[in-house]
Parts: sequence; C-alpha cells; structure tokens
Amino acid sequence: MIKAILIFNNHGKPRLSKFYEHYTEDTEQQIIRETFHLVSKRDENVCNFLEGGILIGGSDNKLIYRHYATLYFVFCVDSSESELGILDLIQVFVETLDKCFENVCELDLIFHVDKVHYILGEMVMGGMVLETNMNEIITQVDAQNKLEKSETFIFQSPRQDR
Amino acid sequence: MSPSVRLQEMIRVIRSARTQGEERGVIQRECAAIRAQFRQGDNGGRSHNLAKLLYVHMLGYPAHFGQMECVRLIASPRYNEKRIGYLGAMMLLDEKQDASLLITNSIKNDLSHSSQYVQSLALCTLACMGSAEMCRDLAPEIERLLRASNSYIKKKAALCAVHIVRKVPELGELFTPSARSLLSEKNHGVLHGAVVLITELCERNPDTLDQCRKAVPELVQIMKGLVMSGYSPEHNVAGISDPFLQVRILRLLRILGRNNDSASDAMNDLLAQVATNTDSSKTAGSAVLYETVLTIMDIKSESGLRVLAVNILGRFLLNNDRNIRYVSMTSLQKIVQTDHNAVQRHRGTIVDCLKDQDASVQRRALELSLALVSAVNIRSLMKELLLFLSSCPPDLRAHTTSGIFLAADRYAPSQRWHIDTILHVLTTAGGDVRDETVPNLIQLITTASELHSYTVHKLYRALVADISQQSLVQVACWCIGEYGDLLLKGECEETEPVQVTEDNVLDALETVLQSHMSSPATRAFALTATMKLSTRITNNVDRIRSIVSIYGSCIDVELQQRAVEYNALFKKYDHMRAAVLERMPVIDRNSPGHSNGDISAGVKDSELVQVKKAELDRPQETASQACDLLGLLGDADQPSQPNPVQPSAMPSSAPPSMGGGDLLDLLGGLDPIPAPTAPVYEKNGLTLTLQCDKKMDTAVTVTFTAFNSSNTDISSFTLQVAVPKSVQLQMKAPSGNAIPAQGAGHVTQTVLLNNPNKVNLKMRVRVQYSKEGSMCQDVLQIDSLPAPAWQ
Repeated sequence: MIKAILIFNNHGKPRLSKFYEHYTEDTEQQIIRETFHLVSKRDENVCNFLEGGILIGGSDNKLIYRHYATLYFVFCVDSSESELGILDLIQVFVETLDKCFENVCELDLIFHVDKVHYILGEMVMGGMVLETNMNEIITQVDAQNKLEKSETFIFQSPRQDR
Repeated sequence: MSPSVRLQEMIRVIRSARTQGEERGVIQRECAAIRAQFRQGDNGGRSHNLAKLLYVHMLGYPAHFGQMECVRLIASPRYNEKRIGYLGAMMLLDEKQDASLLITNSIKNDLSHSSQYVQSLALCTLACMGSAEMCRDLAPEIERLLRASNSYIKKKAALCAVHIVRKVPELGELFTPSARSLLSEKNHGVLHGAVVLITELCERNPDTLDQCRKAVPELVQIMKGLVMSGYSPEHNVAGISDPFLQVRILRLLRILGRNNDSASDAMNDLLAQVATNTDSSKTAGSAVLYETVLTIMDIKSESGLRVLAVNILGRFLLNNDRNIRYVSMTSLQKIVQTDHNAVQRHRGTIVDCLKDQDASVQRRALELSLALVSAVNIRSLMKELLLFLSSCPPDLRAHTTSGIFLAADRYAPSQRWHIDTILHVLTTAGGDVRDETVPNLIQLITTASELHSYTVHKLYRALVADISQQSLVQVACWCIGEYGDLLLKGECEETEPVQVTEDNVLDALETVLQSHMSSPATRAFALTATMKLSTRITNNVDRIRSIVSIYGSCIDVELQQRAVEYNALFKKYDHMRAAVLERMPVIDRNSPGHSNGDISAGVKDSELVQVKKAELDRPQETASQACDLLGLLGDADQPSQPNPVQPSAMPSSAPPSMGGGDLLDLLGGLDPIPAPTAPVYEKNGLTLTLQCDKKMDTAVTVTFTAFNSSNTDISSFTLQVAVPKSVQLQMKAPSGNAIPAQGAGHVTQTVLLNNPNKVNLKMRVRVQYSKEGSMCQDVLQIDSLPAPAWQ
C-alpha cells in the first residue's frame, strides 16, 4: 500500500501532498519536512530507495523517490509494493503530467494543484495502484474536464464578488 | 473564464510575499474572507473558495473550517462543485471527524448516479477515507458495481472493495464470487483491480485461499498471454507488456502456491518461461524477474528452478545499477533463512557492497552479511565488518556494533579472538555500543583466565592512548584494578609487555578520574580500581589513600559515598581490606545476579554486605544491590524472575537461564533437572537427538544434535525441517556440516518455533548426508516433542 505521495522542490516547499493514511496537520507538515531532509542529502548516482523517517517510517516503510530538475517525487510505500514497480509508476505519472500540461514545469504544478490531484486520482486510489496505462488515464481526465467545462457554459456562473 | 483563476491569483500573491510573516498575513486575510463567504452561503464562488482553502492546507495552515463546506459541495448537483467537494473530503476529513458521517448519504446517491464520473468520484472518496460504518453501509452497492458493465467503474469498484475488506474483514465473503468472475475480463485495469482484490481476500481468509486455488490455471493463462504477446503499444513499458499486471499476478501466484503441491506444479512451467524470456536490461524487466524469483523461492518448486532463481539474484547483484543491487539484496534477505547455502555462494559480492558509497546499499549489505555469518567464515567476515565499522555512516554504527557482538558471541573460534574483536570495536566505535557491552566483556575476561595478563596489557595501552571512549575506559579501569599485579610484573607471552611502574598506573587512573570527558560511571570505575590496587601494589599505598580521601568531599554523591566507605576501610577495617579487595571469582554468565557480580561469595560475605555495600564491585551503578542479592537468595526457586537491575542483560542467543540452578547448588539443595534429550533417529551410526527448551508459552527452541558413532566420517550433513501451517519456523545456521567418526565431534543446529495457535507441535525432518562416498537421505516424522525442562 502506498502511504503518501509527496512532491516538493529543491528547497523543500511542498507542491503536492496526498496522504492515504490519516495524520494530523502538524504531523503531515513534519513528515514533509523530514522527508525533504532525508531526500535532499542523497547524491545523484545512488539508488532511489531510502528507509523512511521516524514519523511515517517504521521498519516496514520505504521512500522511493525520483529527482526531476527542480522537483522531487516521493512515494512512501510499505513492503507489499514492488519497489521497482513504484519507480516505474513515478515515471508514468510524470509522463502523464507532461502530456496533460504540455511540457510540464514546476509552475504548472504550482498553479494547477487541483488538476494534478485529479490526474493522480485516476492513477492511485486509496493507496493502491489503479491504472497505469497513460492513454487511458488521459482519456478519462480529458472527459472529466470536458464535463466540467460544459457545466460552466450551461449554468452561467453568477457574478462573483471580489 | 477558467474556473480556478481566483485560485491562481491567490497563489500569485502568496508567492510574491517576501518573508514568512508576510505570507502568513496574506493567508490569514484570505482565510478570513473564505470563512465569511462560507457563512454567507454564497453559491457561485464556493468551489473556488474551497480550492483556495485546499492550497492553503497543503502549505500547512489550519483548514478545518472547510469541512462542512465540503459536505455541502458534495451534495450539489453540479459536477465541478462535487469534484472539488470530494477532493476536499479526501484531504480534510477522516473517520474521526463527525462530518464524515454526513457524506455517507451523498456517496450512496452518487454511487447510483447516471454519470460514470460522478460514480467514480464517490468510489474514490470512499476508498480513501471510508470508515468502518460507511463501508458496512455501502458494501452491497459496491458489490453491485463490481458486476456493472462499465469497465471504468468496475476497476474502481474493485479497489474500493479492497479498502472495505481492509476495514471490515468480515465482508470479504461478500466480494469473493464477483472477484473470481472478474478474472475473465480483457481490460487490464479491471484485471489489475481484480488480482489485487483476490490477493487481499486470500491473505485474510484461508477458506477463500482454498477456493481461489482453482483459479491458478486461469492466472497462468493470463500471464502466458502477457509474456508471449508481441509488442502491444497500449500496455508497453520499456518493452515489457504491462509489467504492473505481471508483477501483481506473480504475487498472487506466490500466495496461492505456498505450501501447496498441486498449485505449485501448475506454475512451474510458467515461472521457468518468465524467468528465461524476460529481458532484464530495463527496470521494468528487472521488476518482473525479481518478483518471479521471490515466487519461485516461496512455493514448492523443483530444485532446478530454485537454482535458476538464485542465479538470477546473483546476476542482479553484479549489475551496475544500484537500484537493482538494492532490490536483489532485499530479496536475498527474505530467502537467507530457508536457503542459507545458496546465499552463501554470493557472500563475496555482498561483502563488496559494504564498500559502496550509497548508504541504502550499505545498510542492506550489512543486514545480509550479519545473516550470513557462520562458524566457517567468521574470521574473514569479521575482518570485513570491522573494516566497514571504521568507515560506516554514523546512523548504521549502533546496528553494526550490536551485530558484530552477537556474531562474535555465537561463533568465536577462540577466546583471545573474541576479546580482540570486542576491543577493536570499542576503540573504533566505543560511543555507539550498547550498555550491556561492558558487563558482558568483563564477564568474558574473567572466564579467560590464561589471557588475563594479555588483556590487561592491551587495555592499559589503549587507556593511555585515548580516554574518550567511555566503555573502553570502564573496562580498562576494571581490569587494571583486578589484574594490576600482572601488569606490574611486566611479563606476557602473547604481546609485547609494557614496562610500567606503580606510579604510571596510578597516574593513568588519576587522569581518568580528573578528566572532564569521563562520565560519572567511569569515574566510579576508576575510583574502585584505584582502591583495589591498594592490595596489589606495595609502595604507593599512601598515594592511594590520599586520592581516596580527596573524593570523600566530591560533589557527585555516588563517588562521595564510595570514597567515604573506602576511607573507612583504610581506617577502621584495615584488617579486612585484603579479604574484601581480593580477586573476584569467575562471574557466571546468565546467572540472575550476572550484573551484580559476586554471588558465590555472597553467602560468605553476607554479614560484610550489610556494612560494605559499595565495596563489592559491580559494573553497574545501582543502589540496594545488597537487597537484590538477598532477594535472589530468597527467590532462588524462580529463575525467571525479571532481574531488577538489568532486564535486558542477556544477549538474545543465550540459552535459557539455568542460573537459578547455580544458586540452588550453593544452598546445597535441589539439582537442576536437565532438559531431556531424546534420540529420534539412529541409522548407519548417525544418531540425531532432540532437545526442547520452552522460552515462553508460544515459543520453543529445539536443538538437534548429531553424533557419529561409526568408523567413517560423515560430511555434507544438512537438516531440513517442516512444521504445521500455523507454526512459524526459523532455522539458525548449523554449527558445521561434518561429523568426524567415533563420536569425536558433533553438529548442532538450533530451530526456533513460534506457535501462536498452540497447536500440537509435529515436525518432519529430512536428513541428508554423505558417507563413504554415497549420499543418504532420510525423512523422519516427529509427532510430539519431549516435554521441556520445566512446565
């Protein structure tokens, strides 16, 4: 089971945080900080697996991460997931983001956090891998976006106050 | 106008804040505005406000006031409001909040909505944060959706069912029939979900496991299709056809084939095919191969297949990619207990990985090396481990030192080697060793009586060189105190003797006493050692007296008490001084008073004990040790009473405590009843006996001992053990595999059994050995183990 999915930049600012187990808000922030601390110390050419920190860790849990330009994608998983499989999953996730946002960069993730959540929701559900086929995911996400857009046209949104 | 432009504006403003304080201010203003708008019930901007709130929540600011808004948005008929409402529910709500119960009804309605996307939102949220009550309420709905015609919904429903089964295991039976039928789907997403669901059901419920075994041929077909199919663009990852699904199916096959011959037979061909046909140059292929190897090792596969599997792992170990190496070591760790010899073959590569720069790889290599230690390779392996200790990262040090000590304890070829190893560890990493090391080492030194002068010479040298490692200093002080006369004699065969005078020795001890680096415990050791030397040296007794009297006014109360009592020993009880400070007898390991030292002398000195509490030297600083000693004498018939001084003094590999027996001997009473050893196998001169020790109610240690009374040697002796399903088995490494003739030696092997269900313990043992050039093999059934020593 995947316990948490975190995306943060090289300075530790969170760009996406999704937890599949309940933690209090303080603990969540601490986990993000601790994970950043552990992951940023790693060299470039070492392996992508880390034993977890104390908060989200425990002997069973591992951190599997990939570093792309300015962003770290970290999945915290327990021993029931295949480590190499999750590594591939991160790759599929990033490629999907690339397709959806057209040459995705960090700013896209910053300003469209909700969209990233929806894409992630098509891939991982309740801590388990749902769909790994990139085309299928993109089809579904596009259909949902169309549905949303069609609603804003049919129901004219009333004047929004400042 | 795109829906989240307000969100983007806010994000822009937050990002332009220059300081943390400014950012906090901006966010507080925004949150206040959002709260006001929630209260007004404004219809148009609700979803934007919630989106803003979720962003703020991600940054770490409190957002609980949005929970009711989530509930309201979920109930709205518009899709984009539902969407953000469900997202908010997943992020802000959990089972402990009351608001989560309110969305149960909305979820129920949405599960039967006409739009599949709304259904999927509901399923997603339920799988993420559904509580047990919600799951119970909605389980029938999910079961209905499992049989829907829409594959998009089916796959989501399957994973939602997994979550439900995790929360409420009793509902598993509800999903079993639909899960099985899902295996005939073509859509990979649905197949994937179905396999995960069946895996979860089988893990929880053994009856389901039996039922699902019938699905093995179906699964084998699906796998074959995946492996043999040509390039399929939709599921292709680096040349492998849907590796995620392959990995899942292999894992399920592992669970189904465990301990079951017929299922394992059905899988053998497939596993061989996957193992040979998969291209492992990319990560995806390696993932599949690695899963295949684990499956092969776990089921009852043929030996040829097992050899293939271990060879694949060996190949992985030599791979340049660190990820692959890491993963192969993880899997070797899983099989090292059962296939110890196979993993031993790769010891060289594993030891090389200790020198890798990557901390994760080093950690794996360390664990594996510690598991591979055996009597045969202890010397070479220990050299490598000590080398590793001097350069290892600080967070691994404590683990390494304790691993080294355990291994040295079990397999030390000679006492001198053992002492050398421990001293080496103390000099390199003395700060990271556990507290029990000091008394253990002291006990070891007392037993090695011929090495006393060697030890004290080495320790003196180490002490003079460096007094910062507390454990080393403590042991050194104790030894100098005990064996100072040997040090002063200046002769030693085994190492270069040091020519010291009494002044030098006292100087060294005084440095320790006065140094700011010494902890209070260390100073206590040094003081007691100085005192002991008063009977071992001739000239400088006055110097000792003055040192001791200085500390009579020391601030540290423990030191002060000792010093005052030693002073009293000089003044009033001088006639007893020699007797009190004489050489300590050998401390018996595992005796309840292990850390309290002097037991056998306890009876004799009992009247002295009242007066001279502190003089009986102890490695630990605990008060009321006299009470402990007397308490032990009183409670001597309960050897398992937890030692109030040191609950964890026993190293884990120690045999169960028979120390109570020693005490009873002293009192001239009962003899300890030895554990019965029953011969279970006698053939060809080979006798196998069994001894049981009951550790706790559910854990039993069984020791097999093999003797050879014939005229020819027996070699390549191996033992394999099988136990009933609910019993867990852990085999330790055997002490060797060759048994010389005429009873000149024997081989022991320890097996740890954990019997949580307290079933009747039966074992089947397979004995294999080579005698006079031919291999013999025998299987014996043991239906009941002999009763352990005490009930």
